[in-house]
Amino acid sequence: MQGFLDNIVRHFGHDPATWPWTQFVYLAGMAVFAFAVINFAAITAGIFSWAERRVAARMQSRVGPNRVGPGGFLQWVADAVKLLTKEDLVPAEADKFLFRIAPYFMMVGFACVFVALPFSHRLVIADMNIGIFFILAVTALIVVGIIMSGWSSNSKWSLFGAIRSAAQIISYEIPAGMALMIPVMLAGTLSTQGIIRAQGGFPWQWYLFDNPAAFAAFVIYFISALAEGNRTPFDLPEAESELVSGYNTEYSGMRFSYFFLVEWGNMWVMSALATTMFLGGWQIPGVSAETLDAATGGAAVVLELLSLAIFVAKTLFWVFVVMWLRWTLPRIRVDQMMNMCWKYLVPMSFAAVAFVGGWMLVVHAVPALGLVMRAIMFVLGAAFAVFFVYRTAQNIRDTGDKFDFTSNW
Amino acid sequence: MTEARRAPESPTMEMTSNKEVLRRIEYTGDMLLNMGPQHPSTHGVINFLVQTDGEVMKRAIPEVGYLHRSLEKIAEKVTYNGYMPYTDRVDYITAMCANQGYAMAVERLLNVTVPKRAEYCRTIATELNRISSHLVSLGTMAMDVGAVTPFPYALREREFINDLLEELCGARLTYNYLRIGGVAYDLPEGYADKLVSFLDHFEKILPEFNRLITYNEIFVQRLAGLAPIPAEMAIDYCLVGPNLRASGVKFDVRKDIPYSIYPEVQFEVPVGRGEVGVTGDSWDRFWVRCEEMRQSCRILRQCVAQIPKGEVMAKMPRKIKMTEGLEAYSRIESSRGDLQYYVIAGAGENAYRVKVRTGSFTAMGIIDVLSRGLMIADLVALIASLDVVAPEIDR
Repeated sequence: MQGFLDNIVRHFGHDPATWPWTQFVYLAGMAVFAFAVINFAAITAGIFSWAERRVAARMQSRVGPNRVGPGGFLQWVADAVKLLTKEDLVPAEADKFLFRIAPYFMMVGFACVFVALPFSHRLVIADMNIGIFFILAVTALIVVGIIMSGWSSNSKWSLFGAIRSAAQIISYEIPAGMALMIPVMLAGTLSTQGIIRAQGGFPWQWYLFDNPAAFAAFVIYFISALAEGNRTPFDLPEAESELVSGYNTEYSGMRFSYFFLVEWGNMWVMSALATTMFLGGWQIPGVSAETLDAATGGAAVVLELLSLAIFVAKTLFWVFVVMWLRWTLPRIRVDQMMNMCWKYLVPMSFAAVAFVGGWMLVVHAVPALGLVMRAIMFVLGAAFAVFFVYRTAQNIRDTGDKFDFTSNW
Repeated sequence: MTEARRAPESPTMEMTSNKEVLRRIEYTGDMLLNMGPQHPSTHGVINFLVQTDGEVMKRAIPEVGYLHRSLEKIAEKVTYNGYMPYTDRVDYITAMCANQGYAMAVERLLNVTVPKRAEYCRTIATELNRISSHLVSLGTMAMDVGAVTPFPYALREREFINDLLEELCGARLTYNYLRIGGVAYDLPEGYADKLVSFLDHFEKILPEFNRLITYNEIFVQRLAGLAPIPAEMAIDYCLVGPNLRASGVKFDVRKDIPYSIYPEVQFEVPVGRGEVGVTGDSWDRFWVRCEEMRQSCRILRQCVAQIPKGEVMAKMPRKIKMTEGLEAYSRIESSRGDLQYYVIAGAGENAYRVKVRTGSFTAMGIIDVLSRGLMIADLVALIASLDVVAPEIDR
């Protein structure tokens, strides 16, 4: 975004390199972007809280919240206002200082991710050359907040939740990080925008279908992201049927809402990252990144919005998948969770990285092989999608379910 | 004396009070976790004293009595007919069965023969109630394992059953439908058709439910081989009903000590087979309940086809009075297993003593032994798989 600010300064007839007020413009720009980012994160999380309840309701043959606003859309505003006006209770035996600051650690760790996350061709707060590394690093702050909240609550249930979460998030950082290294290797850059630019608009140009190991890496990343985001089937830290509410048992009011804001906001983060790394990000099918760079005037605006729409659509699809999984699957046990990470995901992710290294050498020698592999992978993926639709249709026919998307809003 | 102090380590022989246990836990340095009485997955107000070292439990001691309402004492103060609504509260998830057990005991005291049609009405009501009770059990068990969606699915079906039972007796939870000597109301007009159309719908839902949760890989992984109860141990600990049958013991009061019209209907008694793990594990207990719902559907279809015409109430005196000291005993198969009533007649219009023996109470006894070495998440699944209902434990 520095370039954007420089352009504004130039627009007013100053040279950004020599003009003494440039730093202040940067500072003001930072404040504006930080405000925008935190609001985007909070509002997305809020909307997801409504969306998740409506999606869950549809899956469970219920109606869900539909009273506040059209289709209950403003339910999240009502909830936020309610939570803000509730008493902020601190248990008498709690470590009061840690108890109070724990939610902010989570908020900071969560909001910082948005700095490096792209939204469209030009819209990214900071296109850092260490983007992925930065995202992985700041996400770790969330676990600090969780452990802090669990420990300071001085409740056994909270402590259980915190310890589970520490074990879980730290373990799953490894397969997640290794899986994300595969797009990094293929693109040769850690920058999020650079990785998207290295892919293309059509599905067979995505890293998802680049080779079998990349596909496996996507699956590994997605599972690990679910675990890091405490989503079912990995919602052990807040397993309500076992640990009452886990690490946030003792929280109330605004501080409680922070935990859930982070949880729902994390759905965007994990889905946006999956879109960026494996699904071609904002790339428009048939329009190369160079064309986007070169476009000016009205065409540039249209293409920019189109790329934004494509990115958001892909991300929202994966957000939906995350919700879908949550309302379908049971929770796994803590030892199974650790087994899955250390016995399956970690070795598989290392194997995938090794395979991709070798595969890149092969493709470098015989470029045609890469194209053949992409074609095969894409056809397999499409066949799987068709099979999935077929089985779903068959199940619906067996039970004689009727679809009704229009009533009960 | 020295022999007594060196108490054997065998769990069945330990006869210590909870207070003593608490003191011991303090010495060991393990964590004492009070799971309940206000915990989301104890299915009512039950407390579990959990001695734990991290996630792995050393033992979990059930502490019952939070929901004691002196139901047996009340029986000594109200008339025989007046006690019928109280039996609803013995087990409000299967109120019909609790009604039936009491009605049968008093009928035996009076030597009353219940009209055939009333027996069929009773069977229709109890079998519907059995399905609804199992639906609650399966739904909450899935929820305790972390899958929330099966619960609303199960409760949606239960709503249909509640509608049917409401049409039968006007109530949706505590029915008070049975009377000593018969039932309160005959089947309403067109009831058979409604029942059959519900069964047609419900028999399609069962495979859907199995696809959704029963054979879900994570669900199977969680429950297969979890806390298996061998057949011998199940008998030793006096387990009844689906918990006993899941261990491979083919005992069903409806078949083995037949009552009411059960000899006239065909049905199977599903037993646990260890399909995914060991016979008698938690998954088997879940599966046996799924199968029992299917069998209940079979029984209901036959009842609808065979129900004769006639009265639904035997000739009964306005006031029931009996010779003091008469005793009667009844056993029925409630959805939680063998439910037994023991009634001793008093001098006036009330009983001298009523004793209710319920399946949930005996199921609580085995938790202490089974819980050793399990994880906290497993304890939740174990409690749910035994299908304990707090009011039935304490009464």
